Amino acid sequence: MSEAPTTTPPTEAALAHQGTATPRPAMSRKSVGASQRTAPDRFTPPEPAALEVRDLSVYYGKKMALSGVSMQIPVKKITALIGPSGCGKSTLLRSLNRMNDLIPGARITGAVDYHGHNLYGSNVDPVEVRRRIGMVFQKPNPFPKSIFENVAFGARVNGYKGDYNELVERSLRQAALWDEVKDDLKKSGLALSGGQQQRLCIARALAVSPEIILMDEPCSALDPIATLKIEELMRQLAKDYTIVIVTHNMQQAARVSDYTGFFLAGEAAYGQLIEYGPTEEIFTTPMDPRTEDYITGRFG
Amino acid sequence: MAVSLPDENFTLQATGRVARRQAISRASKWVLLGASMIGVVVLFALIVDTIVVGWSRISWSFFTSYPSRFADQAGLRSSFIGSVWILSLTIVFVVPIAIATAIWVEEFAPKTRLLEFVKLNLANLAGVPSIIYGVLGLAVFVRLFGWGSSILAGSFTLFLMILPMTVIASQEAIRQVPPSLRQGSLALGATEWQTVWYHVLPGALPGIITGVILALARAAGETAALIMIGAFTFIAFDNTSIWDSFTTMPIQVYNWTVRPQEAFRQNAAAGILVLMVVVLTFNTAAAALRERFRN
Ligand SMILES: Nc1ncnc2c1ncn2[C@@H]1O[C@H](COP(=O)(O)OP(=O)(O)O)[C@@H](O)[C@H]1O
Ligand SMILES: [Mg+2]
Repeated sequence: MSEAPTTTPPTEAALAHQGTATPRPAMSRKSVGASQRTAPDRFTPPEPAALEVRDLSVYYGKKMALSGVSMQIPVKKITALIGPSGCGKSTLLRSLNRMNDLIPGARITGAVDYHGHNLYGSNVDPVEVRRRIGMVFQKPNPFPKSIFENVAFGARVNGYKGDYNELVERSLRQAALWDEVKDDLKKSGLALSGGQQQRLCIARALAVSPEIILMDEPCSALDPIATLKIEELMRQLAKDYTIVIVTHNMQQAARVSDYTGFFLAGEAAYGQLIEYGPTEEIFTTPMDPRTEDYITGRFG
Repeated sequence: MAVSLPDENFTLQATGRVARRQAISRASKWVLLGASMIGVVVLFALIVDTIVVGWSRISWSFFTSYPSRFADQAGLRSSFIGSVWILSLTIVFVVPIAIATAIWVEEFAPKTRLLEFVKLNLANLAGVPSIIYGVLGLAVFVRLFGWGSSILAGSFTLFLMILPMTVIASQEAIRQVPPSLRQGSLALGATEWQTVWYHVLPGALPGIITGVILALARAAGETAALIMIGAFTFIAFDNTSIWDSFTTMPIQVYNWTVRPQEAFRQNAAAGILVLMVVVLTFNTAAAALRERFRN
C-alpha cells in the first residue's frame, strides 16, 4: 500500500492555500470525534481505505479541472463530496472508476489505489474496474428495456451463470423497489417515476455485486419524498457497500454521510480539496474559513 | 367605481400600416401556395398521363413475358428478375458494411482531423452523380476484376453508389442514441462492444433500416450507372447466377422509350407504373417503420 496522506510531502495544492487556511481552534463549539486533523485537508479516517486517492490531478485538454487531491475513502461508510458547481466533484467521482476515460481529452496524473493496485496502472482494465466500482448518475438513465432486463443486464454482460430471477429479486429488494414493481417486472424501466427509476439504477448497479458505489447527485432530479427514500436506502446500503456521493445539497450531506470532503475552485479555476473530515466536524467546527462560509451559505 | 364608457373613436380593427402589413401577409400565403402547386400539378399531370397511356398494357402476361421485337408481346419478366437479383445482392453488401462503418466512425474511431476529413467526404460522396459510379464500376469490376457485365458487377456498383448515404443515415441514427445509455452500460462493466451491441444498435436500428430502404429505392430506380457497366442488353432468360448478364426494370423502360413505335411507348408507361409502385412501396415501408419505432 502507499503511504498515508499525513506522511506524504505537502502537495502543491496544500501549499498554495496554507496562507489562508488558518486553523481556528477557538471555533470549536462542539468538539466531536477525536479525529486528529493537523490541516484542513489532511485527514485519515479510522476505517481501512476502500480507495486511496493520491495527489490526483485531472485535465480536460490543457485545462486543469482538479488539482492535487489526496484523500482516503473509508470502507463501508458514506463519503460526501460537496462544493459549488464546477469545482470538480463529478470529475473526481468519474476518476474513481475510470469513467473519465470516456471523455476525449481527459488526462489524469497521480494515483487511485484500490486493493493495493493503482486504477491507472498500466495493466488495469477499465471494464474490471467498473464492474467492482459502480456508478449511479445524476439523471436516472434506465435502459429502454423491461425492469427485469435492466437489473439483469450487468450480470449478463459479466457472464453471470446463477439464477437470474433470484438475482433480480434480491437486487430490487436491496434497492427498496421490489414491493413496488414485483408484479410488473416486464414493464419498461422508462415507465417508472423518477424516484423509482433512480432506485432501479441503484438495483442495476447492485446486481453486479460491486464493492463501491459512486453516486453523482443522485437526487438532484427528484422530489423531496423520492429524495428521502434514496437517502434511507443509502444508509441501508452503507452496511455492505462503500458509498461516495456527490451532492450540492448540504442538508443531504449532513443527513446521510459519515465523512465529508469540501471542494472549491476559487480564483485558481481548478478545483481543490479544501477540507476533509468527519461530517459532523465539517459542519460544526470547520477548520478552514472557506468551508465555514460555504456551509453557512455565504457563497456557492 | 366609475364605469368607463366605450370610446367612439377607439377601434381594434386593422388600420393604416397594420392593414397594409396584414394585406401583404395574406397575399404571401397565396403566392406560396401557388408556387407549391406548380410542382404538384406537373407531377400529377405526369402520373395521369402515364396511367392513361400505360394502363391498358398492365396485365399478367406483361409480367411473365420476356422482351420482344413485338411491343404487344414484350414484358418485364427478365428485367424484374434482374432487379430483384441486383437489389438483393446490394442489400447483402450494403447493410453490414454501412452499419460497421457508421459504428466505427461514431463509436470507435479516434477523434482526429483525419476522421473529420473522412466524415466530410462521406457527405460529398453521397452527392457524386451516379454515372461516375458507373464509370468506376466499369473500370474496376467489369474490366479489372474481369467480372464482365454481370449481376455481381452491377450490384457492387450500386452498393458503392448507395453506401455513402446509407452510412450517413446510420451515423445519424447512432448519434440519436443518448450518451447516458452508453454511460449506464459501461458503468456496469460492459465492454464497448457489448454497449454497442445491446444498446446502441437496437436504439439506432429503426433509423438504420429506414435509411437502407430509402437508399434501396434509389438503387431500384438507377439506370445510368448500370447502363454504363453494360446492362443495356436484350435478356430473354431468367437469371440464375451472379455471373449472368442482366437488365433491370428502369433500363427496360428506357429501352422501350427509345423505340420509334408508339406501342413501345405504351410499354414504357406501363413499366413506369410498375416501377413507381415498387419505389412507393419502399418509401411507405420506410415511413411506416419510422413511425412505428418513434413510440
Ligand atoms: N467533459 C468535459 N470536458 C471539458 N471540461 C469539463 C468536462 N467536464 C467537466 N469539465 C470542467 O471541469 C470542471 C469541473 O467540472 P465538474 O467536475 O463537472 O464539476 P462539479 O461536478 O463539481 O460541478 C469545470 O470547470 C468544467 O467546465
Ligand atoms: Mg457535477
